[in-house]
Amino acid sequence: MQQKQNIKVALIGNPNTGKTSVFNQLTGLNQQVGNYPGITVEKKQGICNLSPGFKAEILDLPGTYSLNASSIDENVVIELLLNKNDKDYPDVAILVTDVENLKRNLLLFTQIKDLEIPTILVINMIDRMELKGISLDIPYLEEQLKTKIALVSSRKKIGVDNLKNLIVNYNALSTEPCLNASSIDIAYFQGLRKAFPNQSLYKLWLVITQDVNFSNLNKNVVETKNFAKSNSDLKRLQQKETIKRYQFINDVLKIGRVIDTENATDFRSKLDRVLTHKFWGYFIFIAILLLIFESIFDWSGYPMDFIDKSFANLSNFANNNLPNGVFTNLITQGIIPGIGGIVIFIPQIAFLFMFISILEESGYMSRVVFLMDKIMRRFGLSGKSVVPLISGTACAIPAIMATRNIENWKERLITILVTPFTTCSARLPVYSIIISLVIPKTRILGIFSTQGLVLMMLYLIGFGTAILSAWILNKILKIKGKTFFVVEMPNYKLPLFKNVALNVIEKTKAFVFGAGKIILAISVILWFLASYGPGKNFDNASEIVTEQSKNPISKTELNTKIASYKLENSYIGIMGKAIEPAIKPLGYDWKIGIAIISSFAAREVFVGTLATIYSVGGSDNDETIKNKMQAEINPITGEKIFNFSSGISLLLFYAFAMQCASTLAITKKETNSWKWPVFQLFFMSGLAYLVALIAFQILK
Amino acid sequence: MQTSIVQLKIGQKAIIKDFDIDDVPLKLIEMGCLPGNLVEILQIAPFGDPLFLNVNDSFLAIRLETACKIQVEICSE
Repeated sequence: MQQKQNIKVALIGNPNTGKTSVFNQLTGLNQQVGNYPGITVEKKQGICNLSPGFKAEILDLPGTYSLNASSIDENVVIELLLNKNDKDYPDVAILVTDVENLKRNLLLFTQIKDLEIPTILVINMIDRMELKGISLDIPYLEEQLKTKIALVSSRKKIGVDNLKNLIVNYNALSTEPCLNASSIDIAYFQGLRKAFPNQSLYKLWLVITQDVNFSNLNKNVVETKNFAKSNSDLKRLQQKETIKRYQFINDVLKIGRVIDTENATDFRSKLDRVLTHKFWGYFIFIAILLLIFESIFDWSGYPMDFIDKSFANLSNFANNNLPNGVFTNLITQGIIPGIGGIVIFIPQIAFLFMFISILEESGYMSRVVFLMDKIMRRFGLSGKSVVPLISGTACAIPAIMATRNIENWKERLITILVTPFTTCSARLPVYSIIISLVIPKTRILGIFSTQGLVLMMLYLIGFGTAILSAWILNKILKIKGKTFFVVEMPNYKLPLFKNVALNVIEKTKAFVFGAGKIILAISVILWFLASYGPGKNFDNASEIVTEQSKNPISKTELNTKIASYKLENSYIGIMGKAIEPAIKPLGYDWKIGIAIISSFAAREVFVGTLATIYSVGGSDNDETIKNKMQAEINPITGEKIFNFSSGISLLLFYAFAMQCASTLAITKKETNSWKWPVFQLFFMSGLAYLVALIAFQILK
Repeated sequence: MQTSIVQLKIGQKAIIKDFDIDDVPLKLIEMGCLPGNLVEILQIAPFGDPLFLNVNDSFLAIRLETACKIQVEICSE
């Protein structure tokens, strides 16, 4: 075989062209997701077996409309394609287009061709051609565009083998540009050609217009040689370039494509009329949100109960079958409850990511942006802020990254600052366990569960606070800037099961492992701090307790007393007692205080922390976390620790407090300043303390 | 008749005439909003803003403040 055994393929395309479906078709489950070094742009790679011994490494690049980058995501594409020394530099590029949006999608194609990379043109969604009355003259298009075309329907699995064949024969692809863009300013480009005879003109042009450097050629060199132009001159030239490209594309499509509008059915505009209707549009949007919350709390209850019991059984099993000792205690009291505290939330998180993924895949999210823009602008936000605010219900980190397509800096900054108020999945563990402890399990009107409604209230409080803070920030912040707003309204698509499933699996995995690591580490540390203590009080706990209890008591009762005495005098007990005065007015005891402090690293640690503390403090391990919390009693008043007033106060504290180190880190990264994460930390946590204090004092 | 996109009625087609390049983001230009191309308003959001347009077969939404800067000539039926 004369070809290389392993080739690199880059998948490029506009957003909403089904690029990810093509990627999933080519790679199947053979994919991994990481980050580009130093930035938080998702990097998706996968392996495709083309023939025995011949593999293609496929890189799914972020969706981009053109090579004129306007975001970090798009910058990734340019930096890779301009740098031949990059380890991911492709042997062949696959450009994915949507048959219904060929005109616009081909703009990027002509730019990629100018980089002289062998390029295959994929025309996707061909199953819709008949419906839309589109017919294509493929030989003509291939000749004009100087490429090979693969007609693919990634949803109906048509044409994927043909695409693989084209990749195998990538050596046969032309690297000739399909138009001469330098004719927009002949004198200027001739000058460039003379000054840098060895470089491709289009690469030079990109270096001049974009904020990128590549290997032996950087912006300064080009600018010192008198090729710098004013910003508005550059933009004028870029516009000319774009016009030039569109002229070419229009000419080619005039002959190569025929659209018979008589055959076209107009499902889209009918659906749009309903989904963006001034009443039905909002009605449907709210109904969808309701459905999501009902599923998160109500439907996922069954698998969650099962997981909870399984972990209690596992802990019990380990306790009975492992030899007694320090190591066994660590496993049964630290590690198993810690992991259980995170695994239990897989059903809820999976539901959440499933809905968000379906909303984005179907094209509905853009309609929500359209519907909400005017309203959101009153609060200093953009319609596009709706996407971060909704996906913030899964996790604030991807949500803050999703603000990148908000064009206006002030709107974007405000969105970043208020997004952590939305109820993320890490708050769910805390909410669900406290709600199930303090809110009765009844149903209203026989349909809605009371607990579900309380959970929904908490979500609404989150959204409400986000919007209100945005309004305040909008009044305070003095940032001027042009407001641009362009949003694509993609065609409606039935979400593909495979795409949604892969997305849910990948996101859930990331959550479980990411959070799992922190929780495991904190559980082990906490277990250590709770199992050991300084001084005589801890070491001689059993003597002291035995002495104190003069009345004869049963042996189990005595053991429980010894255990809780030990806990109070352990390292963590001493620390907890020290902060108790600060949190007592909120209705919490020192154990909850420890859980709150440890959850400043990540909120979901709360349940695991309590699980660890209660496991160490109690004598039996076969109880579920919930039952242990239920049984906690205030030694002075004899009341339950988790009662209605302290429960509500805790719920509100978690609704507002900024307890997530990763979110602070991402805010720092995206705003490029420490000022904003520090602001978030103090503003949100201060508000949380205040609200929880007021709530407890009124309710108690 | 020369006017701006804002003045169009739903379903009315027009040809883009001219605009000041500093008023229109490059992204919009790349999506096909260029002099000579056809534009049509498909839908207006509740509260009158933004506008849902078909520009050169691209489906997109822009705000009034941008739309009013784009001059068009209404096509006679």
